[in-house]
Amino acid sequence: MKALILVGGYGTRLRPLTLFRPKPLVEFANKPILVHQLDALVAAGVTQVVLAVSYRAQEMEQELSSYAEKVGITLIFSHETEPLGTAGPLALAREILSSNPEPFFVLNADITCEFPFKEMVQFHKGHGKEGTIVVTRVEEPSKYGVVVCAEDGMIQRFVEKPQEFVSNKINAGMYIFNPSILDRIEVKPTSIEKEIFPAMADSGNLYAFELQGYWMDIGQPKDFLVGMCLHLTSLKAKGAKLATGDGIVGNVLVDPTAKIGPNCRIGPNVTIGPDVIIEEGVCIKRSTIMKGSKIKSHSWLDSSIVGWNCVIGKWVRMENVTVLGEDVIVSDEVYINGGKVLPHKAISASVPEPQIIM
Amino acid sequence: MEDPNGNAIIKAVILIGGPQKGTRFRPLSLDVPKPLTPVAGYPLVQHLIESCIHVPSVKEVLILGYYPADEITPFISEIGPLYSSIKIRYLQEYTRLGTAGGIYHFRDQIRAGLSNTSCFILINGDVCGDFPLSEMLEFHSIKRDIPALLTVLATEATRQQSSNSNFGCIVEDKNSHRITHYVEKPETFVSTLINCGVYICSLDLFPCISKIFSQRQANYYAGEIQDNNGDCWESIALEKDIITPSVGNTGCVYVYRSNRMWSQVKTAGSAIYANRHYLALYRERQPERLANSRCKTRNTPCKIIGDVFIHQTAQIDPTCVIGPNVSIGKNVVVGPGVRIKESIILGDSVIQDHSLVMYTIVGWNGMIGKWTRVEGTPCDPNPNKPFAKMDNVPLFNDEGKLNPSITILGCHVRVPSEVVVLNSIVLPYKELSRSFSNEIIL
Repeated sequence: MKALILVGGYGTRLRPLTLFRPKPLVEFANKPILVHQLDALVAAGVTQVVLAVSYRAQEMEQELSSYAEKVGITLIFSHETEPLGTAGPLALAREILSSNPEPFFVLNADITCEFPFKEMVQFHKGHGKEGTIVVTRVEEPSKYGVVVCAEDGMIQRFVEKPQEFVSNKINAGMYIFNPSILDRIEVKPTSIEKEIFPAMADSGNLYAFELQGYWMDIGQPKDFLVGMCLHLTSLKAKGAKLATGDGIVGNVLVDPTAKIGPNCRIGPNVTIGPDVIIEEGVCIKRSTIMKGSKIKSHSWLDSSIVGWNCVIGKWVRMENVTVLGEDVIVSDEVYINGGKVLPHKAISASVPEPQIIM
Repeated sequence: MEDPNGNAIIKAVILIGGPQKGTRFRPLSLDVPKPLTPVAGYPLVQHLIESCIHVPSVKEVLILGYYPADEITPFISEIGPLYSSIKIRYLQEYTRLGTAGGIYHFRDQIRAGLSNTSCFILINGDVCGDFPLSEMLEFHSIKRDIPALLTVLATEATRQQSSNSNFGCIVEDKNSHRITHYVEKPETFVSTLINCGVYICSLDLFPCISKIFSQRQANYYAGEIQDNNGDCWESIALEKDIITPSVGNTGCVYVYRSNRMWSQVKTAGSAIYANRHYLALYRERQPERLANSRCKTRNTPCKIIGDVFIHQTAQIDPTCVIGPNVSIGKNVVVGPGVRIKESIILGDSVIQDHSLVMYTIVGWNGMIGKWTRVEGTPCDPNPNKPFAKMDNVPLFNDEGKLNPSITILGCHVRVPSEVVVLNSIVLPYKELSRSFSNEIIL
């Protein structure tokens, strides 16, 4: 089977992490976001994946080529020269996607969940219609596109960001389509939700597959952290090897090359990347520390994302979804509350209120 | 009278006011009289007593105020033995008598044992600094055609600060050093030379005050209504009632200029400023008081930066980093990995592991948890302006928000672990449950 992943563009919502790094390569739970999806696709028997990109295709190609070889998957980069929306990229990759009559997956690159691809295929073949949309239940459906469907799963209609409660099932950003869908799409900026799905729903060609387990769109820092908590819980439940020992609290994922000093308290819900150094007396909660960063003694971090190769001084306090881009240096004794700091910046004064630091 | 060395004996009088004064020193002054609040390890008034003791001819220090005696006399008894060569006494005023009314009321105690030509030092308890008292005495005693009634210590301030109703402003005759004009807290510019609240007074001052006293008494019993700002008719102010009418080209009030360290101590924030300056003075004059790795008389294993006072009963973990400009009081316990700077930690407080305390006054018996950040904002004088003094910034800005200031924890305040308390004032006995920023917490 084949898959197309909508990688898209600049990843602006996840800035400053995505300022100089393509979003699919940003590590989520110590593995690039895209690799989570690719691993799951490979496990489901997918051998060819089209990556619909509009930005930094070369960088991704280089980084992913060795992975692709190792895992035995073919990666094809479909490069949009103009933004084609959420449907246009399918048309652009028409030749590959329609090379055989098998249905193909389409995934939104920002999604994290348990990726039940085998079950999705079964469900899709079961109803035999043109398209399957994965839906998930959320608490605040009004922020998303809401799906209204019958008991057997046939989708009746969509409502974008409803003002009154319609349903709590939303489009989870994962689909299976038969190649015939490509006849509906042209190579031009097209929204799949607004222009393609309504017609398919009217003709009874769209079915909803209910996702079990957790789901999160990790395209912005706040949700990235929520998604990380959910993902770690799921890893634990599946018996994955999480960190244990003195000073580890709850679910904590630590790369084997990271070093943690004495008298620390790490966790719950913390991810520590490769080559990270954490000195003594540090407390980290609900945060991600990317590769190569260093956190000096007695600091306290909560709900923060520390980018690659940062240096955080002693007695620093960071909280409230503070995000540091690559190579940020934070001086000793600084307080950052909800700061978004761009790469290569040195912070020597506190940021007591949420702010973007350029 | 003379002392055994043949020097004329003089006395010192320190005016410390009472509970209605020093409200800007809350919440610290809610429990302990402001003059007894430690700064650089010793109560504010003790620093003033020590300034007086450095003058060899001072044989008695009288402390005047209207605090109940039982709040002050225990302190006096405690420090008595430290300064055994002089007598120290607290005289309680029966009501607010003002900066001249108090000394007039106790004139007999002040005059006792002094010769007629003697004088006494008078210090306003609200100030701190390095006072050139011996030099002022010499200056005061110079033979003049018009003998000095009063010598006023003065220092330079900025034009803006002196015209903002903050200080008493002095116009000086450069040749005779007479004060030719004096305005108390003017709203417009008069002079950049300001009154430090430290005086040398001749005993002739008492007849002067007596005249005013008699006048007031006559008016009172004649049934005239007197508005004395809510005080009784016996309350007489030195600045307004004595100095202001006595200055002029043939007046008898003189000014002595100094540029040595001086500051008012009216707000709790100014205590941090005073703390820093007294610690710097220790470095010069009494280095044995500092926990300083250079002086090697104190064996504190933790890391010390700059000037730091640590009481000998305090326990500080060796992994701490303390200073600059920190005073740590009696029995304070500081856990591993704590960083304290520019702060005063009062007695019996506990600060737990990995916390950070800066620009803060932690009141007595405070408790700060682990990984907690307690931080204030300094209100130091503008370093770009020469002679700039501390700004007494109002508590709230024009929009009704709390101005960033030193964080103050009243006594017995408990701050939990892992929170941040920023630019806030916490009243005594409060147990915080979360982070706070820019708030007064009742």
